[in-house]
This record gives sequence, structure tokens and C-alpha cells, in this order.
Amino acid sequence: MKLKELESLMQEIAPFEEPKIELEQYPTGPHLASRLLYTVANSYDEFDGQTVIDLGCGTAMLAIGAAMLGAQHVVGVDVDEDALRVAQANVEEYEDYLPIDFVRCDVRQLAGQERLKADTVVMNPPFGTRRKGADMEFLRAAFQLSRNSIYSLHKSSTRDYIQRLATKELRAQSAEVLAQLRYDLPATYKFHKQKSKDIEVDLWRFEVPPQTDS
Amino acid sequence: MLQCHIKGVQNGYPLKVEAEKVETREMDFEPDFLRHIFPRINWPALREAAAAMGVSDLPESASEELLEDDDFLKKFHHALLEVHLEEGSLVCPETGRKFPVSGGIPNLLLQEDEC
Repeated sequence: MKLKELESLMQEIAPFEEPKIELEQYPTGPHLASRLLYTVANSYDEFDGQTVIDLGCGTAMLAIGAAMLGAQHVVGVDVDEDALRVAQANVEEYEDYLPIDFVRCDVRQLAGQERLKADTVVMNPPFGTRRKGADMEFLRAAFQLSRNSIYSLHKSSTRDYIQRLATKELRAQSAEVLAQLRYDLPATYKFHKQKSKDIEVDLWRFEVPPQTDS
Repeated sequence: MLQCHIKGVQNGYPLKVEAEKVETREMDFEPDFLRHIFPRINWPALREAAAAMGVSDLPESASEELLEDDDFLKKFHHALLEVHLEEGSLVCPETGRKFPVSGGIPNLLLQEDEC
């Protein structure tokens, strides 16, 4: 699939009905989502035939993209019931059955789920601007869930911190910024004065440390 | 692949399925994927969950050799990928705590005093 096709497909995915500020429910724009997905599929071939987890899946844009790009099974995890309802409806929009399951869970409560694993984890986590450290909680959880690689978006301003966290604390085998992208954040909430605002974000790829199979 | 993660629970796996509504959706048969995922499947847990959803033709035990057997693979495929719990519960074997499944989505959120 071409990048353009992917982007236009992403445009058809319904957004949050009423985004919740405390969860930083900003939509993953079609631009960002399609580039993340395209990189995973084309540069690394880590969707085809693989299992995938979309952590903090929201309306399931990344989950749907992963399934369309050949993932064998995708699990979308989110804490918010309303988002999951929209996500489920988004999946059902497609004529072909997409192998996506959803689980409602808090990212901070995933530590006890040692059997929930996927080859590839994709996520567009909160940037941690509303609840400090939320981005780090997502990253920690992703390292637990992934058997191989993680693709994630983080603010470029946190690059050094992410690098240290991933390599020192989480013992990533590799931690690499693949691209710097512009997050065109539409004015989602009332307190946003500007119509939209560009934020520089990094597309990261992490490889998790080798693990013993259970 | 989910387990009960309430603090202090030693044996929160496998969760037992209580089925109220089960749906079957046809999926493409991909033997390679089944071989890929097989080592991660707890066979007795899958078998028991499938049985609770009305699929009772899985053999009691399974081994790598069986993965060459088309008939076995088809049953495995059906139980793993085509049968979905739409409404019901996942029940912790130790505490009996029920995690409700609604619209096909299990709710694993814990209360504050559980974590």
C-alpha cells in the first residue's frame, strides 16, 4: 500500500466523540499515523504475520492500520470505555473482518499481565502534559508487552530523557529516532486559543532486551 | 492470555470463561501464523476456554508434531481466532473476581483497593 492511500484511509477513521482532557485524548492525525505505520511495514516489515498491541489505542487508528498492513492479530488497549466504543465501531466499518480485539485496562495496572505479549507495540502515548510522567508509564508498559520492537511518538523536547530511560532503565537493545515529524494539533479543547499548533515530535523505534520465553 | 492481576493474587490464571453470548466470525486460515503463536499458547487454558464457548473438539493435549496435521490446525484456528466471547465474564480462579465482557471487550480495570 502506498503512503498516500494509507493516509487517506486514515482520514476516514472516526475521531473521539468527546475527547477527555485528563487522558490527553488528542487524535493521532492521519499524517502522523500513516507515517508511523508505513515505517513499521516498509522499513522494518514488523506487521506482516505478527501480533501487535496498540497501547492507548483511543479510536484505534494505529490498530486498524496495523491490521490492514498484514498484522495477524492486534490488541487495542485503552482505559476509556467511550473511546473503545468508537474504536469498535471504527473496526466494524470495514467490509473485511479485521483481527482486532480490545481490552479495557489502565496502563499502570498492566504489570500483572505478564502473558499479554505482542511482537510489535505501536503507540501514540499522552505527552504527559496533563498528568506528569504519563508518557513514561506508557513506555515502561510497552517494554513489558513487546517481544521485539516498539514504535512510539514523543515530544522532541524530551529526546534526551527518553534516550536515557530507554537505554539505562529499560535496557533497550536499541533506541533510535527514525524521524522528526510535525504534530498538527487541531484545537481540540476550549482552552486552546490558537486554531492549531505544530509540535515537533520524534518517531522512535526501540528494540526490547532479549527475554527468556515463558 | 489475560490473567487476574489483583495485588496479592498468586494464581490468577487462567481466567475462566462464563459465556452469555458467543459469536463466530470466519477468518482466513494461516497455518504459518498458528505455528508461530503455538509456543505461547497454554493449551489446557485454551481448551477449557473454548469448551466454555461451545467448542469441544480440541484434543486434550497438543504438541509440535500436531502442527503438521491439517485437521488439527483447522480446529486450533477456529478455537483461537474465530470464536469470540461477546457477552459474559472472565473469572479469576483464585478469588472469583469477575471481569465483565461487554460488546466483546473485557474490562480489566481494578478498583483502587485491588491494586
